Amino acid sequence: MSILSVGGKRRLINLLTVTFLALLALFSVSAPALADAVGEEYDATIFGNVKVEGEPVGDVRIVVEGGGYKAETVTDEKGRWAVGVPEKGIYEVTLDENTLPDGIAVLEGGATQEVEFGLTDRVAKNFFIGEGERNTTSLFDQLVARLVYGINFGLMLGLASVGVSLVFGTTGLSNFAHGEMVTFGAVMALVFGVWMQLPMWVAIPLSVALSAGLGWSLDAGLWQPLRKRGLAIVQLMIVSIGLSLAMRYIIQFFVGGATEQLPGFDSPKIPLFGAVALSVTDLVSMGLSVLVIVAFAFWLLRTKTGKATRAISDNPDLAAASGIDVDKVIRIVWIMAASLAGLAGVLWAYFRPGIKWDMGTQILLLIFAAVTLGGLGTAFGALLGALVVGILVETSGLFIPADLKYVGALVVLIGVLLFRPQGLLGKKQRVG
Amino acid sequence: MDWGMILNNTLAGFLTPATIAFALAALGLAMHFGFAGLLNFGIAGFMAIGGYGYAISVLTFGFPWWAGMLMGILGSVIFALILGIPTLRLRGDYLAIATIAAAEIARLLFLTTAFTDVTGSADGLFGFNTRPDGSGFQNANPIPPGTYGFGPFTYNEQTLWVLIFGLGVLAVAVWLLWALMRSPWGRVIKGIREDEEAIRSLGKNVFAYKLQALVIGGVFGALGGIVYTAAQNISPGVYVTSFTFFVWTALLLGGAATIFGPVIGAVIFWVIQAFLSNLLPALSLSGVLPVSTTQASTLRFVLVGIGLMLLVIYRPQGIFGDKRELTFVR
Repeated sequence: MSILSVGGKRRLINLLTVTFLALLALFSVSAPALADAVGEEYDATIFGNVKVEGEPVGDVRIVVEGGGYKAETVTDEKGRWAVGVPEKGIYEVTLDENTLPDGIAVLEGGATQEVEFGLTDRVAKNFFIGEGERNTTSLFDQLVARLVYGINFGLMLGLASVGVSLVFGTTGLSNFAHGEMVTFGAVMALVFGVWMQLPMWVAIPLSVALSAGLGWSLDAGLWQPLRKRGLAIVQLMIVSIGLSLAMRYIIQFFVGGATEQLPGFDSPKIPLFGAVALSVTDLVSMGLSVLVIVAFAFWLLRTKTGKATRAISDNPDLAAASGIDVDKVIRIVWIMAASLAGLAGVLWAYFRPGIKWDMGTQILLLIFAAVTLGGLGTAFGALLGALVVGILVETSGLFIPADLKYVGALVVLIGVLLFRPQGLLGKKQRVG
Repeated sequence: MDWGMILNNTLAGFLTPATIAFALAALGLAMHFGFAGLLNFGIAGFMAIGGYGYAISVLTFGFPWWAGMLMGILGSVIFALILGIPTLRLRGDYLAIATIAAAEIARLLFLTTAFTDVTGSADGLFGFNTRPDGSGFQNANPIPPGTYGFGPFTYNEQTLWVLIFGLGVLAVAVWLLWALMRSPWGRVIKGIREDEEAIRSLGKNVFAYKLQALVIGGVFGALGGIVYTAAQNISPGVYVTSFTFFVWTALLLGGAATIFGPVIGAVIFWVIQAFLSNLLPALSLSGVLPVSTTQASTLRFVLVGIGLMLLVIYRPQGIFGDKRELTFVR
C-alpha cells in the first residue's frame, strides 16, 4: 500500500519499522485523522497520497467530481487526502497544480484523472508528480492527442460496426443484440484471462473463437429457423431486442454488477510526440484493429464468399438464382460479425478500461450511429462512419462537458438522417 | 416461504402509479406502432421529457402543478416534432434508430452535471409534488389524511390521489384513442400502416398524418411520465433504453393494435414483475434455487427478454389482438 510507504525510510526496512507501519495502518484505519476529510457520512471513499520524491506535500487542493456530486479537500501534513462519495461509480479527480510547490507538476495522465470503484468501498488515486513542466499543453496538441485516441476508439468501433452492417446488408435485420455480442467477447476474455489465469495471448484468441461459436449458434439456433418461419423484419428486430435483454441479464447473472479489469489494462503510457501518450496495449490494439480490418477488406473484396456476401446485399433473390447458397453465406456473415464484435469487446475492455455487464448497451448506439453515418448495409461505410464517430466522441470532450461526449455522436446521427439519409457511402435509391 | 406476503405484493401490482404510467406509455406506443406502424424505440424519452418538463417548470419557474404538467406535454410535442420532421420520410428502421438515439440524448442531457442547477443531474429532482406556497399537486389533494382500501390495495391519501388522477388521465386517453381510431382520421392512419403508397395515391399527406400520430402517441407517453413523476421523485436512471423495451413488452403482450390491450398488457406485466421479484429471491433464500438473491432478482429480467422473444415469434398479435390486424406487415 502506497499510503504506508513513508518515503526516505525505505533503506531501513527492519522489523521495527514494519511494526511501526502496521501500527500506523491500524491507527489510520480506525480513526482517519485526515486534516480535511470530506463526505465522511458516505461509505465509499476515494483516497490518495501526494508526495514528491518521498516527501509528503500538504495543502494541495483535490477536487472530486462525478455522477452529479462534487467535493474538494486539501492534503494534510502527511500528504494524505480522502473524499467520501455517495455511490461507487466513475469519478474525475483533479489535482490543482497551482497549489503544488514551484517547479512541481503532474507528470503522467494530466491533472484530471478518472477513477472507478472496484469491489471494495475504497479506491486509491495517486498522481505521479515530480519536477517538471506544468500541463500547459496547447489546444492544438490536445486536439492531436484526442485525434489519436479517437482513431484508436474508431478502429475498434469499426470492428464492432462492420458486423451490424453485414448482417443488415444480407438479412435486413438491425441487430439490437449486437452490443451483447461485444460484451460477450470481453466477458470471455475475463473468464479465460482472469478467472482461469491463462496468458492473454491465449485468452484473446479463445474468446474470439468462442464469439465465433456464439455467432454460429445464434444463426443456427435462432435466426435461420426464424427466417424459415417467414418472420417479418420488424418481428426479427423485436426478437433481437428480447435477445439483447436476455443476454445482457444472463451476463449480469454470471459476472455481477461490478466492473472487472483485464491484466495489463493499466500498463504505463509511453509519451510519443506532442501530448500523445499511448500504452503498449493501445499500440497493440490499434495494430491489431488495422490488421483485422485489412484482412476483412481482402475477404470481402477478393474471396468467393466475400463476393457472394456483397451479391446478397445487393439483391438476395438474384444471388440465390445465380447459385449462391444464401443460407450458408448468411451463416458465415453471422460468425464473422460475432467474432469481430468479440474482438472489439476485448479491445474496448482495455480502452474504457473495464468489463461491465451493460457495456455493450453503451456502445450499441455508437455502433448504430457509425453504421447509419456510413450508410446502412455498406461494410466500408461502417468503417468510415466508425472512424468519424470515434474521433468525434474523443475530440468533442475538449469543447463540451465530458459526460456529454456521446451526445455529440448521437446528434450527428440524427443530423445525418436529416441531410444525407443514405449515409456517406450509401446509394440514394435504397432509402425512403 | 411466506406465500401470503408474495401473494399480497403480487396483487398490489395490479394498481400502482407505475402500472398506470406503463399503461399510458403503452397506449402511446399502440398509437405509434400498433395503428400508425411507426417504430418508436424512444418512448422512455417522451416519458422523461413529460416528467422533467413538469418537475422543472414547478421547481425552476414556480408554475402551479397543472401548468407544469401542461409544460411537460408541450415539451413532448416539441420533441415529437423535432424527431419526426427529419425521420418520418425515411424507412421504418431509420425511425427506430433515430428515436432510440433521441431518447438517449434526452436522458444524457438530464444526467449531465452541466445543468445540475436545473435537472439535479444523477440525483434527479424532488420536492415538486408538495410546494410550500400551496401550488403543488399534493397541495391540491382533496382527500383527508388517512389510510384507505383493504388488503393489498391499501393506500395513504397521497398515493390514492395519484391513483385517482392517473386513472382519470388513463380513462381520457383510452377514450381519445378509441374515438380517434374509429374516426376517418384513424382509418387513414391504419391505411398508412397497411399500404403507405395506396394512401398517398388517394391524395393524402402521409407525412402530416404520421407526424400527427407521433405527436399524439408522444403526448400519451409524456402523460405516463407525468403520472409516474407525480407519485415520486424523478431521476434519469429510470428512463434508460431497457425501460423502453419493457413498455414494448407490455404493449405486445396485450396486443399492439388494440385499445385495451396496452392497458391490460401493462397490468399483466407489472403483476408478473411483482410476482417474480418476490418469488425468485424467496426461492433463493429457501434454497430451492441454488443462486444468490441478487442473481435471483436478475433472473426476472432474463425472463422478460425470453418472454418478449417467444411472444413476438409465436403470438405477435398479443393476447387480445386480431391476426388480421398484424402490425408487422413491413
